[in-house]
Amino acid sequence: MAGSAAISVEHLSKRYVIGHVGRDDTLRDTLAHGVKGLWGALLRRREWSRSVREDFWALRDVSFEVSRGDVIGIIGRNGAGKSTLLKILSRITEPTEGRVSIRGRVASLLEVGTGFHPELSGRENIFLNGAILGMRRAEIRRKFDEIVAFAEVERFLDTPVKHYSSGMYVRLAFAVAAHLEPEILIVDEVLAVGDIAFQKKCLDRMKAISTEDQRTVLLVTHNLSSVLQLCTHAVFLAAGRMAAYGSPPDIVRSYFGSMTPAAADADLAARSRPGGLRGQARLLSAKVAGTTGLSPWQVPFGGEIALEFRVRVERKLDFFEIGLGLFNLQGLELCSSLSSWNGRIGPVEPGDYSVEVRYPSLPLVPGTYRFGIGLRSERDAEDYLPEAFDLEIVHSPLSAREHFSTIRGALAVDITTTLTRLPESK
Amino acid sequence: MSEASIPQDASPALLIEAGRSEAHYWRNLWHYRELLVFLAWRDIMVRYKQAALGVAWVLIQPVVQTFLLAFVFGKLAKMPDGGIPYPLIVLVGLLPWQLFSSAFSGAGNSLVSNSNLISKVYFPRLLMPLSALAVALVDLAIMLVLTIPILLVFGIPPTWRLLLLPLFILGALLIALGAGLWVTALTVRFRDFRFITPFILQVGVFVTPVGYRTDYLPNWHDLLALNPMTSIVDGFRWCLFRGESEFYFRGLAISFTVAAVLLGTGLWHFRKVERLFADII
Repeated sequence: MAGSAAISVEHLSKRYVIGHVGRDDTLRDTLAHGVKGLWGALLRRREWSRSVREDFWALRDVSFEVSRGDVIGIIGRNGAGKSTLLKILSRITEPTEGRVSIRGRVASLLEVGTGFHPELSGRENIFLNGAILGMRRAEIRRKFDEIVAFAEVERFLDTPVKHYSSGMYVRLAFAVAAHLEPEILIVDEVLAVGDIAFQKKCLDRMKAISTEDQRTVLLVTHNLSSVLQLCTHAVFLAAGRMAAYGSPPDIVRSYFGSMTPAAADADLAARSRPGGLRGQARLLSAKVAGTTGLSPWQVPFGGEIALEFRVRVERKLDFFEIGLGLFNLQGLELCSSLSSWNGRIGPVEPGDYSVEVRYPSLPLVPGTYRFGIGLRSERDAEDYLPEAFDLEIVHSPLSAREHFSTIRGALAVDITTTLTRLPESK
Repeated sequence: MSEASIPQDASPALLIEAGRSEAHYWRNLWHYRELLVFLAWRDIMVRYKQAALGVAWVLIQPVVQTFLLAFVFGKLAKMPDGGIPYPLIVLVGLLPWQLFSSAFSGAGNSLVSNSNLISKVYFPRLLMPLSALAVALVDLAIMLVLTIPILLVFGIPPTWRLLLLPLFILGALLIALGAGLWVTALTVRFRDFRFITPFILQVGVFVTPVGYRTDYLPNWHDLLALNPMTSIVDGFRWCLFRGESEFYFRGLAISFTVAAVLLGTGLWHFRKVERLFADII
């Protein structure tokens, strides 16, 4: 396939320098550090010590090649270097080492609605956003009606977008992006925004772009099913290095295989706690038991949620109770549960224990939720972590129902409905 | 990853490499000219949409400033007016000063206020300070449209010299760009540089002959010309008043040199740090 390489990435590395004392945000800080370093050098006759800095390699020696018409899925955990790779390919930031050569017109979509201005109308934002994404004015004008129809915002074209609902806003933004006609399209997590119907529209569009027009697509996503559906190849990044490159099913498998149990455990022992706790029983760690989601802290919608805690008991307790509070990210407590409702636990001898808590049916709407965990004995509160860990409920086949995306609130509870015709009606 | 993969296509490949300065920097800038127009248009639209008073706002400030400065310099300091009503001297001095101050502060803030764009999209970063100049130009146009009839009322009709005014407008923009490039690039790295803009503007309104005429201060002329805006203000008065003010060419030469150095170093520094913007903004 030589000669048809659309993108070739050779030994690409990107280093960020992290200031240990915080970034020198002001000139004063930089001067202060400089003076301190100079002073130290004078006193100790050492080399001029630059303030404590650390290198962080966001990408390290990544090489791969993309042929024209390929659809490449880039997967990896948060911080694996996916976004950095896309930023280099989009020319937003420069690599530290290595090189990339790209053939063809590139459009990159790292965010939906980049450059949208709330004061400007929908019509004005279409032109502005189109230009920012690299469209020519004539091109935007030609596709204008199509974009408006796709976004379904005809009636609000001359309304400032600050008055748009978030759904309209995202639709308009995506509509502009969907009408880009680059030879190479670089997309970051765009599929993750919006509702299910929108995500499907987005997926269909991507499919059309790649299959009909032989465009090259690079896609970063957390949604493994879209990698399996859309991509011809996949890249798996781990800690800045390329862990694997190949066919999507192989890569997805090796991606799951890379999940070490250590990472799945949330270390709770070292967390700071509120005062006034006895501490005779302490939470050591927490994990989600048997997840099938993408990361250890993701649970598919509609399934059982099982949590496993490790607890250390220092002294004999006559009574042991674990309490769980579940909050949404706005801080609203959705429910709280106590183990003592289902029977008394105790007495408990000193030692390490594993405590499993199951929520047989907790139909949380996909999103992120926060758990607060407390331990109690017959005397008083032993341990308490008001913000122990976050859990993400992700979409699953069960959530792919009609109008599911428009559900408000936190719970998607099934109901039964009966329609009965009243006898006195005619 | 095959090794023998040198593409045979005729289309030139885009190379991304460490420390690779843009090979076709200026051609690339030209390629993005439409985006420049859109960004400038956005800034203008937003400015006049958000301000409830709209155009009036552009006028209130200079009118108040005109009377204040005319009072301080004309009445209290009793500076010579050369037979022109003192408020007119100040008004014509304020035209280029307002142009400079709004272009300079716009360009100086341009990168930080567009940080969301810089971290998400590629385009020549020079577009940001450049597009900020457009708003200043529109403000000037509004003020000019109102100033010329006022001059007419006071018996000062425009002459052929008005045709040279665009040269001085361009000069003011380039000076503002030079200073703005320095400030905006430094502000990305050191946020405290944003405090330098109001400081320069506060001092500048007195160091620049906005409220007085340089032709009555021959001993100070060369020193004042070190501030390139001096010659721009002189130039505006020369273009808008008839023969009353003589043109001082040595001052112009000094100002031109300073302005060229400012713009040249500003561009040099901006290009040097430009590729780091996305990492540190």
